[in-house]
Amino acid sequence: MTAAAVQIDGVSKIFNRGRASQVDALLDIDFHVDAGEFVSLIGPSGCGKSTLLRLVANLTEPTTGTVTVNDKPARQARLEQDYGMAFQQSGLFEWRSVVKNIELPLELRGLDRKARRERAMELLQLVKLPEFADHHPWELSGGMQQRVAIARALACRPAILLMDEPFGALDEMTREHMQDELIRIADETDTTVIFVTHSIPEAVYLSDRVVVMSRRPGRIVASIEVELGPRHEEIREAPEFFKKITEVREELRGIE
Amino acid sequence: MNARRTAVILTPLVFGILLILAWELFVNWRDIKPFLLPKPSAIWDEIVDNHTEIWNAAKETGTNALIGIFAGTAVGVAAALVASRFKVASELLTPLSAAVNAMPIIALAPIFNNMFSSTSAIPRRLIVAIIVFFPIFVNTLRGLLQVDATKTELMQSYGASDWVTTRKVRIPNAMPFFFTGLKLAASLGVIAAVVAEYFGGLQNGLGSRITQYAGATAYPRAWAYVTASCALGLVFYLAALLLERIVMPWHRARRTT
Repeated sequence: MTAAAVQIDGVSKIFNRGRASQVDALLDIDFHVDAGEFVSLIGPSGCGKSTLLRLVANLTEPTTGTVTVNDKPARQARLEQDYGMAFQQSGLFEWRSVVKNIELPLELRGLDRKARRERAMELLQLVKLPEFADHHPWELSGGMQQRVAIARALACRPAILLMDEPFGALDEMTREHMQDELIRIADETDTTVIFVTHSIPEAVYLSDRVVVMSRRPGRIVASIEVELGPRHEEIREAPEFFKKITEVREELRGIE
Repeated sequence: MNARRTAVILTPLVFGILLILAWELFVNWRDIKPFLLPKPSAIWDEIVDNHTEIWNAAKETGTNALIGIFAGTAVGVAAALVASRFKVASELLTPLSAAVNAMPIIALAPIFNNMFSSTSAIPRRLIVAIIVFFPIFVNTLRGLLQVDATKTELMQSYGASDWVTTRKVRIPNAMPFFFTGLKLAASLGVIAAVVAEYFGGLQNGLGSRITQYAGATAYPRAWAYVTASCALGLVFYLAALLLERIVMPWHRARRTT
């Protein structure tokens, strides 16, 4: 067995416990991600897939069970910046230039000015936006902003990248382009990725494994190995690709 | 762009000149008495004849306004920082500041005047500070709290402390809100400084001259001081505007794109 990037055992998450507004978001989840794996979480809206990601990120605590990230408690992993995170909204700081946005996590880590700038420029090369270093976020298109957000998430060379529908607000063409970019970046940086989405083709195209979740209270109902080999544009039109999409769709249908 | 800019400056200028011209002609035509409405040319003559005296009075009132605005702003920002950090403080300070704002603070001027010696400038500065506090506090607090959840969660994911999040995210986020408050405060502060002088105390500023000359039926001269007060308020407002542009160049660039 390879090293676990994320190990979740018997996790439940209940919001507003004991009150009329109680919500059982997640029930008895066991979930495991290998180092270097690309895993997508998919399910109907409100199924708790974002909550599961936030538990890994330690942005919320589980009601029961344990969350281990990089063999550490999730809280410690967060404080040591073991993971980087990107959301549907880029969350760029409009008062900082593009390069300074990427430098922020490095600044918080205490890197000196020169080292920060060097690393940030390296990341801008990686996401192919070096000429926009001194622009401000609002001067960039949605896709470009999202690329900056990904560069920022990778700034501290995290072992794990947590992504919550990062391409959800992009148009279809930009979205497909960003998917290819993400696969390239994840390969080049050897990063484990957990990716929340509600697009079946996106999940299948990106992932080594697609995890299907049920309606609330969220449970894991299937874990589908994709096995499509190295990705390239033609795969989007290959019969095996559509077969996998059908397989995932049927699992999702089963939930209804 | 340049043509638009010229239009932005020229339009109100031309309108203002026409308005003054219409005023002059109207007073001449209907033969209106100076104690009702003096002619702009008469007011202008008074301004020219008394310019040293007006300048000195404006300096006194301006100093009071400036010190009051500084003090009120400092306290308002500090209170907003505390209120944004502790929920209890916010629940305490918000209704309190609303109560202070509802108080006819100018009406307190005579009381304040009695609290200090009659040669003290403190009462009027205190009034300016209290009036300025509210717009600064309310706007700054809103800016400190209205941060996208994505941004605060990002800071959490970096393991940043509350104080670091305040410094790196909440304060820059609050800047545009703060300046909205400051621009309001700049004009309000000058009005408060002028009006506070109507209620006794030191007789050296624009407000005391207005009451003095209006009482002596020297209406054009009183109007000359009103004009100076107006100009002083404008100078303060423009100073706040300039400060905003220096401190937040990104904000202006964003609005023009």
